[in-house]
Amino acid sequence: MSDAAGIASPDAATAPAQPEARELSPTRPFGFRNAIARAPLGWLAPAVALVVWQASSAFGALGDDVMPSPLAVLQAGVRLTLSGALFVHGAVSGARALAGLLVGGLLGIGFGLANGLSRTSEELSNSTLQMIRNVPHLALIPLVILWFGIGESAKLFLVALGVFFPIYINTLHGVKTVDPQLLEMGRTYGLDNKALFREVIFPAALPSIFVGLRFALGVMWLTLIVAETISAQSGIGYMAMQAREFMQLDVVVLAILIYALLGKLADVVTRALERRMLRWHPAFQAAAP
Amino acid sequence: MSAAVFAGQAAVPRQPSLGAGMALRGLAKRFGVKTVLRDVDLDIDAGEFVVIVGRSGCGKTTLLRLIAGLDAADAGELRIDGERATDCVRVMFQEHRLLPWASVAANVRIGFGPARNSAEAQARARAALGEVGIGERADDWPSVLSGGQKQRAALARALVSNPRVLALDEPLGALDALTRIEMQNLLESVWLKERFTAILVTHDVAEAVRLGDRIVLLEGGEIAQIIPVDLPRPRRRGDPAFARIEDILLGRLLGATAAS
Repeated sequence: MSDAAGIASPDAATAPAQPEARELSPTRPFGFRNAIARAPLGWLAPAVALVVWQASSAFGALGDDVMPSPLAVLQAGVRLTLSGALFVHGAVSGARALAGLLVGGLLGIGFGLANGLSRTSEELSNSTLQMIRNVPHLALIPLVILWFGIGESAKLFLVALGVFFPIYINTLHGVKTVDPQLLEMGRTYGLDNKALFREVIFPAALPSIFVGLRFALGVMWLTLIVAETISAQSGIGYMAMQAREFMQLDVVVLAILIYALLGKLADVVTRALERRMLRWHPAFQAAAP
Repeated sequence: MSAAVFAGQAAVPRQPSLGAGMALRGLAKRFGVKTVLRDVDLDIDAGEFVVIVGRSGCGKTTLLRLIAGLDAADAGELRIDGERATDCVRVMFQEHRLLPWASVAANVRIGFGPARNSAEAQARARAALGEVGIGERADDWPSVLSGGQKQRAALARALVSNPRVLALDEPLGALDALTRIEMQNLLESVWLKERFTAILVTHDVAEAVRLGDRIVLLEGGEIAQIIPVDLPRPRRRGDPAFARIEDILLGRLLGATAAS
């Protein structure tokens, strides 16, 4: 659907790297203390930007009609939190994102696995899917509004369609690139197809599936923002558009920041999941102190 | 890692395993127009240690793959204890082929067959790891093991089901010289204990003399010579009789090049 759907070179993630025996305990929790120690450097630039922004607003360099001050945005956040509106709209957006991700992601993994495992299935559906992939899914919005109106199904459809492709392509790639030597080993040791899938193919494809998931998250928020901005009666995007009508610039900026926050949250969750499920992987062991 | 470790005994007693006898009759294998193996006749006794030696491209790995049932022969017949099935053969590959996402113990359990998740499989996997001297690495990921330890884990995986035939495809080829000698000692002690039929493919002449009851020399896809090695075990490299057989083999292998 977009460039982001491309296969990120998952080499680092899938190559069976074989570092010499390292004195690492693979089950050891990750460097929490290390992360804290390094954190201040990472937060330096945003902090400076925030200070400059607040100062510009305070000294009148930045007009209230262009950009509200950080404090004003914060106040808007507190106000909307207290009124409950923020929670309601946030929950609606989050639910839409999750539902779309679930539907599109499961379909993507399903098709990816099926087409990776079965030649017939691949011949049947792969070229069709690749053709559809080249249609920018956001270009379908007028059509989707005509089909589904502006209800929930329209958003679900768009998000699901958007996240399907990165997950599909990367899952397919993951299954296709399973080490044939491991497959042969599995067969000689009498693994039946089910066991071969569970013990060899799926774990081997998992790093690629995660690459697809990370791409899909980007597509997911992007799609949701566009869909909610154009046609919605609830959600963060709706909140922003409504605020624009009343020139509540602080709420508009707040909405943008919340989208960023939700995106970051999704990324953090995925990373944690990845670290947990791929903890066998040398790349993730190397991240340990 | 030392020889003493080999004696380190398994917590669970292993049933005595009887090797299977094998009869190869007129085995042949072609890849396209190239005939890789022709007319191989060989009888292998139950519990025998047969080493297949030859230069690169002589067909030795192909022969082993036929024996292990990894490839099908184009002609001829292979019977293991009178049966055509090759299920009782376990293979140890040149590469360790451990699953990187499974702990060492879980990798060994793969060799146990359908009941690989049972409590018995757990116990047997740990016992097998103890037998090959890396019992303490059971819960590690394969990626943190050294090359020799990885091959030990692969050996434990092959042994855990008490195989009747163990096919070894140059499993020590990628190891450094010292680790290789350790592994040869380990292979021998395990074989003496379990008494399976062992078929080892190697290009290392000393390794062949060190381990084989008989050495089968392959040349251009045919059996050129079969050399019995009647030396007491464990065999010592410095031994004159050892050196003599090594010389015969080397001479034959090098002579084959000179001739071609």
